[in-house]
Amino acid sequence: MRIVVCAKQIPDPATPYKLEADTHWLVRPAEQVLDDTDRYGVEMGLQLAQNSDGGVTIVSMGPAGSMQGLRQALAMGAEKAVIIDDPTLRGSDALATARVLAAAIAREGFDLVIAGTESTDGYSGVVPQMVAEILDVPALTYATEVKAAEGKITIHRQTSTGYEVVEGSLPALVTVTAGVVEPRYPTFKGIMEAKKKPVDNLALADLSVEATTDQKVTSISDAPARSGGAKIEDDGAAHEKIIELLAQKKVI
Amino acid sequence: MSQDFLDLDALLSDEEKLLRQTVRQFTEERILPEVAEWWEQGTFPHEIARDMGKLGLLGMHLEGYGCAGTSATAYGLACLELEAGDSGTRSFVSVQGSLAMFPIWKFGSEEQKQDWLPRMAAGEVIGCFGLTEPDSGSDPSSMRTTARRDGSDWILDGTKMWITNGNVADLAIIWARTEGGIRGFIVPTDSPGFTANEIHHKASLRASITSELVLEGVRVPDEFALPGVSSMRGPLSCLSEARFGILFGVMGAARACYEASLTYAKEREQFGAPIASFQLTQQKLVDMMVIVNRGTLLAMHLGRMKDDGRLSPEQVSFGKLDNVRNALEVARSARSVLGANGITLEYPVIRHMTNLETVYTYEGTNEIHTLILGQAITGIPAFKPPST
Repeated sequence: MRIVVCAKQIPDPATPYKLEADTHWLVRPAEQVLDDTDRYGVEMGLQLAQNSDGGVTIVSMGPAGSMQGLRQALAMGAEKAVIIDDPTLRGSDALATARVLAAAIAREGFDLVIAGTESTDGYSGVVPQMVAEILDVPALTYATEVKAAEGKITIHRQTSTGYEVVEGSLPALVTVTAGVVEPRYPTFKGIMEAKKKPVDNLALADLSVEATTDQKVTSISDAPARSGGAKIEDDGAAHEKIIELLAQKKVI
Repeated sequence: MSQDFLDLDALLSDEEKLLRQTVRQFTEERILPEVAEWWEQGTFPHEIARDMGKLGLLGMHLEGYGCAGTSATAYGLACLELEAGDSGTRSFVSVQGSLAMFPIWKFGSEEQKQDWLPRMAAGEVIGCFGLTEPDSGSDPSSMRTTARRDGSDWILDGTKMWITNGNVADLAIIWARTEGGIRGFIVPTDSPGFTANEIHHKASLRASITSELVLEGVRVPDEFALPGVSSMRGPLSCLSEARFGILFGVMGAARACYEASLTYAKEREQFGAPIASFQLTQQKLVDMMVIVNRGTLLAMHLGRMKDDGRLSPEQVSFGKLDNVRNALEVARSARSVLGANGITLEYPVIRHMTNLETVYTYEGTNEIHTLILGQAITGIPAFKPPST
């Protein structure tokens, strides 16, 4: 099975994010890390590939930088990475991103595309579905379990009350939730071999696709500061008040 | 990152950075959530060795025999990240890789290497290192443990002390006096006459197993003797390997203390302001930051020298001496920034602080490294009282 995993390099979430003043685009340092949610997609891909002939190709759009994030995916065991790094794609919206990714995925050929549910730096949460639409394959989303064999894919789709069992035919696209599988750590041998693995660094001109961005962020504002909250003095019955409060909020 | 004030990351290859990030992630996910509890209980779950083996941590800078074969600098960085978790975790990896695997790799026969190293690299077989004795610490050549020939076998007698991993090890590298000089032996710990007694009541390095090893007429075949060395050069070269990991490692412990105190100082308010706004606190924070960056720079420099094959044991002593004492200073200073909270295991600082007291003493005491450097610059050995 030929598996393509969509992955994204993002600024280290442990560092504060900055936005450019005029464009409101995220400032991206040369050194970016693999989006943590993509570790699950890569692991899922590796496990499915292990059970069938074929390997995992990583497809990513954005500034290549030091490639540290994609190297991590290669060190985990992916065979190849394709990165579309083009200055004209800066500030792309979800649809433009999906068009570019879909073109690159089609160029590779695939039986299954795997993506996280949403990126940790952008959070639009719609790119995978758009990619599926452009590629004209079914999108099976929010998977907590994935099985794929003999032209068929079956997932458990997470819902607020449980899960649905959803079936589709391959080729298809699936989005996986964090926790669908336990991502492996890259081994030291894998890290040292990752350097020798092929990486296609593409410009927009290498893909015959139009990718104009129509969406514009007009203004940004800080999230409202948290208000003081409620203080409960413990006079011996504080626990009852807390339980009552939690019940009101329908947490328990 | 705030702690990389000098942009030392620029000195590392992408591969080294990825490897370091992997160990950092492993430490954050597998060690840090539980280590305070291990420390309090005085245990170390050695089953984690297999996960470390999968990663490639064990004997990582050795070539062949299932080892990852990384650069020495990468090994140092891994030690740094592990010790940012706990000195006990780093000690486990140091002992397995530098003290148990290294002598087999360096002085062992081809059969011994094939037989033991792949299983040790995978974490299936755990090793320990028996050099120190109850009455033979800084002066290891005064050891009393002996190995004598009995037909084609060897019979070992003696007691080894302060042996990390002793009670969880499958094999011990035992250094013993023979008619032909100091020799090393691979001793399976289930050999008749071999006993390991765990040392309890430690107030330092509690998330690490420390043991006394007693050998009473332990018989091993000649194939278990390491053929490659018959002098103190054997154990001392192992120690030099381990000390190299320590001079990196302690900067991880220091970094963890510095970061904890920086976060605390910005949040903790007294006299109506965060204590980070007081000059006395700023001085402590700056001193800590300077030490962490300077010590890490020193470690990376020594790492590059080792990668070039031109690092001398005296230069390793320089690093072990200076980085450990400075890390201890950072830990104590960080403890004072945290005030009363600094004495609880809710924060990592006092755990690191008391751990570092062990690191200050083991693998060559601070005093012995001072004398090694004293001899290096004066040409005069001062290890013995002048009268003797």
